[in-house]
Amino acid sequence: MTVELDVDRLSVELAGRAIVEQVSLRVGSGSVVGLVGPNGSGKSTVLRCVYRALRPRSGVVRVGGADIGAMSPRESARLVAALTQNSSGELDFTVAEVVALGRAPHLKGNAPLSAREAALCERAMRQVGVDHLAHRGVLSLSGGERQRVLIARALAQEPEVLVLDEPTNHLDLRHQVDLLRLLRDSGLTVLVVLHDLNLAAAACDRLCVLSEGALVASGTPAEVLTEQLLREVFSVRASVVAHPLDGVPQILYTLANHVEEGSAP
Amino acid sequence: MKINAKVADGAQAPPARVRGDEAVRGLPTASGRPGTAAACAVLGAALVISVLAAISLGSAVIPFGDTTRFLWAALTGGVISADEVTQYQIIWQVRTPRVVLAAVVGAGLSAVGVAVQAMVRNALADPFILGVSSGASVGAVSVTVFGALAGFGIYAVSVGAFLGSLVASGLVYLAARSATGVTPLRLVLTGVALAFGFEALMSVIVYFAPDSEATSTVLYWTMGSFGAATWGALPVVTAVVVLAVVALRRAARGLDVLSFGDESAASLGVDADRLRGWLFVVTALATGAMVATSGAIGFVGLVVPHLVRIVVGAGHARVLVIAPLFGAVFMVWVDLVCRVVVAPRELPLGVITALVGVPVFITLMRRRGYLFGGR
Repeated sequence: MTVELDVDRLSVELAGRAIVEQVSLRVGSGSVVGLVGPNGSGKSTVLRCVYRALRPRSGVVRVGGADIGAMSPRESARLVAALTQNSSGELDFTVAEVVALGRAPHLKGNAPLSAREAALCERAMRQVGVDHLAHRGVLSLSGGERQRVLIARALAQEPEVLVLDEPTNHLDLRHQVDLLRLLRDSGLTVLVVLHDLNLAAAACDRLCVLSEGALVASGTPAEVLTEQLLREVFSVRASVVAHPLDGVPQILYTLANHVEEGSAP
Repeated sequence: MKINAKVADGAQAPPARVRGDEAVRGLPTASGRPGTAAACAVLGAALVISVLAAISLGSAVIPFGDTTRFLWAALTGGVISADEVTQYQIIWQVRTPRVVLAAVVGAGLSAVGVAVQAMVRNALADPFILGVSSGASVGAVSVTVFGALAGFGIYAVSVGAFLGSLVASGLVYLAARSATGVTPLRLVLTGVALAFGFEALMSVIVYFAPDSEATSTVLYWTMGSFGAATWGALPVVTAVVVLAVVALRRAARGLDVLSFGDESAASLGVDADRLRGWLFVVTALATGAMVATSGAIGFVGLVVPHLVRIVVGAGHARVLVIAPLFGAVFMVWVDLVCRVVVAPRELPLGVITALVGVPVFITLMRRRGYLFGGR
């Protein structure tokens, strides 16, 4: 039922500067792929092309084989939902109203929600545990609650592909784990930017590593997360160990001495 | 029972009923909420009564019965006796166009204020933030001083004001444009900056103008008044405002989405740049038409949107129905008070809007914990 996401030789320029160069990556149908990399490596830029906030200079984003650049914004928003950064608004909508906006790409003009869509929004709110907040104003919520409301909105959008830009920001530990479990169980094709490599390793089927706008590694967490990569891409010295319960690679950092390769004399 | 069936998958028994009710109440089904319909009916009735009362009252009070009889006669071509002609003239030629204009402009400024605040994502935005009023003043003063647009006769000043406002809006939009489109903050900053420029230009024209007429024109345009309302100018501004309110209301869900920012809008299938351009055209035309007939009436377009949101919430499908109605009623009463308290002289509209609006606004804001743009 779900489809695969294919980012093909994507290049993006902003204000004449190349931000992303020839990045290709594929998210298999129903799988979760993590996009990791240091600050400014172009992760968010790649995502922005997928949810069409940016037009790439060259390259194509395909969902189920179809080029989303050739679709209307509404058509592509029915296939791809996004959790963006800094996306809470200025107006005090209720939680239920915000979640219902997830239906916007499916509805004409101001057409009201159908009974099925109303139930869908209810379910989305329950899935992320904000149903009890349905009538609260979003501006009165905590950052983490607001984040979950926006995730509910994305789920209510009924997309094939879900892209999330640092969705665990503001979330407490329990909700981080809950969210990543939800992503895994959703059956959706998920591309997610994560900063926490341990969470990424636990949650993602595959990881793609960006550095300075280029894809430098991709594969299963065990293939990608090596001490060498952490040193070369992230400039940190860390040990990679297998999780005692499930064998997923986990990273143990040490603050003792940062590696200063690349920038050091 | 329907509610029980719906709740069956909810699994928890006790709060189930509440949840079922909330589902119906909480999800915004356009204006289909019963509360909205009731509010519209009440406000609509209040508007009719207010208009009739405002036509009847004034420096010369004309009994309510006579007022409705004259209006009926005017609308249906009825007959009145010869000694009633003066009163009939006051009712039909002076007060009725004035009160109708007040209602139209009150509705228009409120709706445009709602849209502009969502469009530029700024709580302090009002219909004049994009340089419209100072542009209109320059247009009006130019006509007065240089005698331009003489071909439009008595409407020359209004046409000048309208053109001035459109030129100002156009300049603001072009100056705010960049390769990545028009960002809200750039739009606001450009509007504020260009407004200073237009005011300077206006000052220069007035300073070198040979007569004092230019000064009074400026005063009229910057303070606003319905004193110059005529039947001749009313149809155009009414048509423009009605079309604009309908157009904005039709874009209600788009405005909801836009208020979350361009990134979110893109992910929800809304081209923020395109929608903003469309909103800009609609709001500039409507504001220009209103400024041309009644000057820059401040405060209403800033405060009515907030007042309405405090009461009915942020959803534009509701706000853009309630705000125009409420704004119309509010403006009719403000105008009435302005022309009766110190009759036969008139207070500037801004005095009463501020006197009533400021305390009401602050009280509501403090009591309801109104939030705009976070804590």
